[in-house]
Amino acid sequence: MRLVNLRPGRQTRFYLLALPFVLVAIAYFAGSSARLAQNPNDKLLPALPSMVQAVKQMAFEVDARTGGYLMASDTVASLGRLGSALAISTAAALVLGIVIGLLPGANALLGPFVSVTSMVPPLALLPILFIVMGLGENSKIALIVIGTLPCMIRDLAMKVQELPREQIVKAQTLGASTWQIALRVAMPQTLPRLIDVLRLQLGPAWLFLIAAEAIASDSGLGYRIFLVRRYLAMDVIIPYVAWITLLAFLIDVGLRVMQRRLFPWFASVRAE
Amino acid sequence: MSAIRFDDVWKEYGDHIVLERITMEVEPRAFIALVGPSGCGKTTLLRMLLGEEQPTRGQILVDGKPLPGEPDADRGVVFQRYSVFPHLTVLQNVMLGRELRDAKFTGRLFGAARRAAADEAIKLLAEVGLAGQEGKYPSALSGGMQQRLALAQAIMRGPKILLLDEPFGALDPGIRADIHLLMKRLWNETHLTVVMVTHDLSEAFGLATRVIALERQRNRPEERDRYGATVSRDLEIFPRRSAELRSSVQPAPTGTTRSGKEHQPGRPGALVLKEQP
Repeated sequence: MRLVNLRPGRQTRFYLLALPFVLVAIAYFAGSSARLAQNPNDKLLPALPSMVQAVKQMAFEVDARTGGYLMASDTVASLGRLGSALAISTAAALVLGIVIGLLPGANALLGPFVSVTSMVPPLALLPILFIVMGLGENSKIALIVIGTLPCMIRDLAMKVQELPREQIVKAQTLGASTWQIALRVAMPQTLPRLIDVLRLQLGPAWLFLIAAEAIASDSGLGYRIFLVRRYLAMDVIIPYVAWITLLAFLIDVGLRVMQRRLFPWFASVRAE
Repeated sequence: MSAIRFDDVWKEYGDHIVLERITMEVEPRAFIALVGPSGCGKTTLLRMLLGEEQPTRGQILVDGKPLPGEPDADRGVVFQRYSVFPHLTVLQNVMLGRELRDAKFTGRLFGAARRAAADEAIKLLAEVGLAGQEGKYPSALSGGMQQRLALAQAIMRGPKILLLDEPFGALDPGIRADIHLLMKRLWNETHLTVVMVTHDLSEAFGLATRVIALERQRNRPEERDRYGATVSRDLEIFPRRSAELRSSVQPAPTGTTRSGKEHQPGRPGALVLKEQP
């Protein structure tokens, strides 16, 4: 049988899914035990027990200096920044995406501008943000917004323009004004697509968050990683990276489930 | 219910002439079928009637007034595809026109007004054979049902003119026959002037009061750009067919009911719709 026709069953699919994860874990622990056998004080590839110990200390023991749980407070700080930045980006992208996608005039005015600004490397703007807004929360949130917003607007405007022309005409024959078309035709159909766009921007958003925290911060997951880097504390860094990955993955799954629940009609539209 | 007049209408795209010298009168409550080979400008003509495109020369008059330059609620439309909104249920699709009319800012009705609109929409849905489908999304309906829904949605808003762009072209023959009956009935029981673009000659002759064929008079390759299509045949159906005005709400305007009616297959008098002011 040709490979293109070979579809894995349920069980095979599960094994296939697990395989790369298992291989990476095996490779890591093989390397780790080899290095530790040579030098028990090796810090580069810590063994599982030392990582468990580090996580226990970071997550479940009160930090003597701050009086809180470090991992929890880091997570809250980072998710707070990420959440507020993405809330701003999403809301602004929804409004501007619909305006640019629906109104030819607004497209002529803002379309090229948005395309150009989406090409600006956001990290190059970080010094400017720090200078203008200081080292506080605002500059970090602003970096994530600047890094994600232009792409979100551009993608969303494109999705609005992809709505069949017939629908816009049909709405007008039902007496809809521009405002009503935006409100009853464009926006409801843009919302599920907004979730797609947001999911695509999650990766960049995390990137900018960690970068901003690494450079100037006193809390957050990125801050912690770059802090303990000074002590080569791989036993903290690796669990933190795994934790960040898990958070990002859960947010992505959450958005996907939300899309399915809130917009049951969308699956068949996308299938077309 | 409106008279339409085409007054020497031309449509050109740059150097390319699509339609030329279109002059015709359409009497109120007529059912016009536009036929012709592919690319002869049938759909362009319909889009001009819709207001989506403007004639390059000449003008289109509805009830003596020039056509507004954009689509409006006086002219309903059913396309072959994408006529209904995929994000609204069947009931919401039909109610939309009413909501847009009565709620300028929110585009939504609430409370008693909403219930009244829903009742009317449910009645209309039953009329077009979609009873019990109110809560479904259009994607769960068959093609024929989607077109029934599109018709109900357009009629709910009470247009004067209904424009159909190959609305039944993608349907199976059996389903098409059913929806033809529905179309005849809607035409008889509302106050619509209908203009339908179709590929199907039997559909054109089976439904319309008048069949208009568009054709290029000169079709040699070097002539194709500079000569557009024009009305080549204008056939009144014989025996004459005319809408029966069964609704008791409005008296029949003079000149629209004629003697010598053909047998009408629709059910009588079920549809109660007032004409929009």
